[in-house]
Amino acid sequence: MTQIPTSKPSIVDTLRKHQVFEGISPDCLEAFAATAHHVSLQPREVLIQEGAPAEEFLLIDSGRIAIEIFVQGRGHVSIETLGPGELVGWSWLVEPHRWHFDAIAVTPSDLIAFPAAAARELLASNHECGYGLLSRFLPQIVQRLRATRMQLLDFYTLEQ
Amino acid sequence: MSPVWYRVHRVRRETHDVVTLELTPPEGAPPCSPEPGQFNMLYVFGTGEVPISISSLPSDRGELVHTVRGVGAVTNKLIALQRGDVVGVRGPFGRPWPVGELRGRDVVVVTGGIGLAPLRPVLQHLLAHRKTFGHVSLLYGARTPYDLLYRNELLAWRDSREIDVEWTVDRSSGVWNGNVGVVTRLISRATFDPERVTAFVCGPEIMIKYAIEALRNRGMATSNCYVSMERNMKCAVGFCGHCQYGPTFMCKDGPVFRFDHIEPLFQIREL
Repeated sequence: MTQIPTSKPSIVDTLRKHQVFEGISPDCLEAFAATAHHVSLQPREVLIQEGAPAEEFLLIDSGRIAIEIFVQGRGHVSIETLGPGELVGWSWLVEPHRWHFDAIAVTPSDLIAFPAAAARELLASNHECGYGLLSRFLPQIVQRLRATRMQLLDFYTLEQ
Repeated sequence: MSPVWYRVHRVRRETHDVVTLELTPPEGAPPCSPEPGQFNMLYVFGTGEVPISISSLPSDRGELVHTVRGVGAVTNKLIALQRGDVVGVRGPFGRPWPVGELRGRDVVVVTGGIGLAPLRPVLQHLLAHRKTFGHVSLLYGARTPYDLLYRNELLAWRDSREIDVEWTVDRSSGVWNGNVGVVTRLISRATFDPERVTAFVCGPEIMIKYAIEALRNRGMATSNCYVSMERNMKCAVGFCGHCQYGPTFMCKDGPVFRFDHIEPLFQIREL
């Protein structure tokens, strides 16, 4: 994983491109961007390891990231893939702050990483920014929960 | 309407339970010129008759192409047919996809499972007249990588860069490098202008429901969404009532419907 030192304005510009940060106040955007950094991954490069401390969350700027779990006897099983504009990881929000899945790049990918400790501190100290961030996280969590429920339905075995 | 006896000219195995049949008409048979979205009734001697969508634009020689998934007595016989076997054909029946209304518009095709078959002629038409349309996207879902239909065509369509092609599977295997997740997840990532897009949706009814919801969330009007529905069609000409869907008959009023025309029926459980 390559961390690319970048000037803050370019991170703000990157965040502005994505719908998930649409409508968030400029001050909050600056505050989140202040500690963030760019990350670039090559295919099959590991972004998140199950069980490791969840020390950041990420926004996919380009590329595709697979959420995987290792199943004994089956190896790595991809559960879902995420694309540009989608957030990776919410274990940083919930105790005990450890990842529950692996995240691996499928294609060359560029992401913005937000350090979890700074983000948690900002959420606790600035409720406007905290609400702004969480109200953007929640729709993605709900969308992915619904998609998982649909996967459980197993659409195509219902075809007659 | 009596069946015309077509001969199986070619059998192409798509997956473990899906085959594509190319059927040749007998000499002197009346021309069968189906439009994308229409279906024929295919009759297997001694077993029965089933509605099967046309899965390719008709050739000049009048050949018909049908992709069949083996799920019952007749379809399991159909997927076991060999070159030279004979099958009865009645049709074409039903309302087609309104491809004539797509001129100048973006098009998004959302499909899952065997639902790609009735949309394949639409994609062939879009590619044959590519400059006539705006941005075109195909979003296709299958259960596993082994269930993907028309693999070579999917790759060719994607590599042509004439249309955006994305496919996804609900369940992956170790060697799979593509998207994983339900097909409706691809809708939020697709490129189209909600003001000038028409959507064609075909797949299991539950998939259609969630696809329409995702299209609506992108700002699309349901009057620009068309869906292909399926019921137990028997006579195919609106007499027997087997395929009645509220006040409509699938066989003659469908299978393709503008979604806002059937939306109230869609809300009724067990219909």
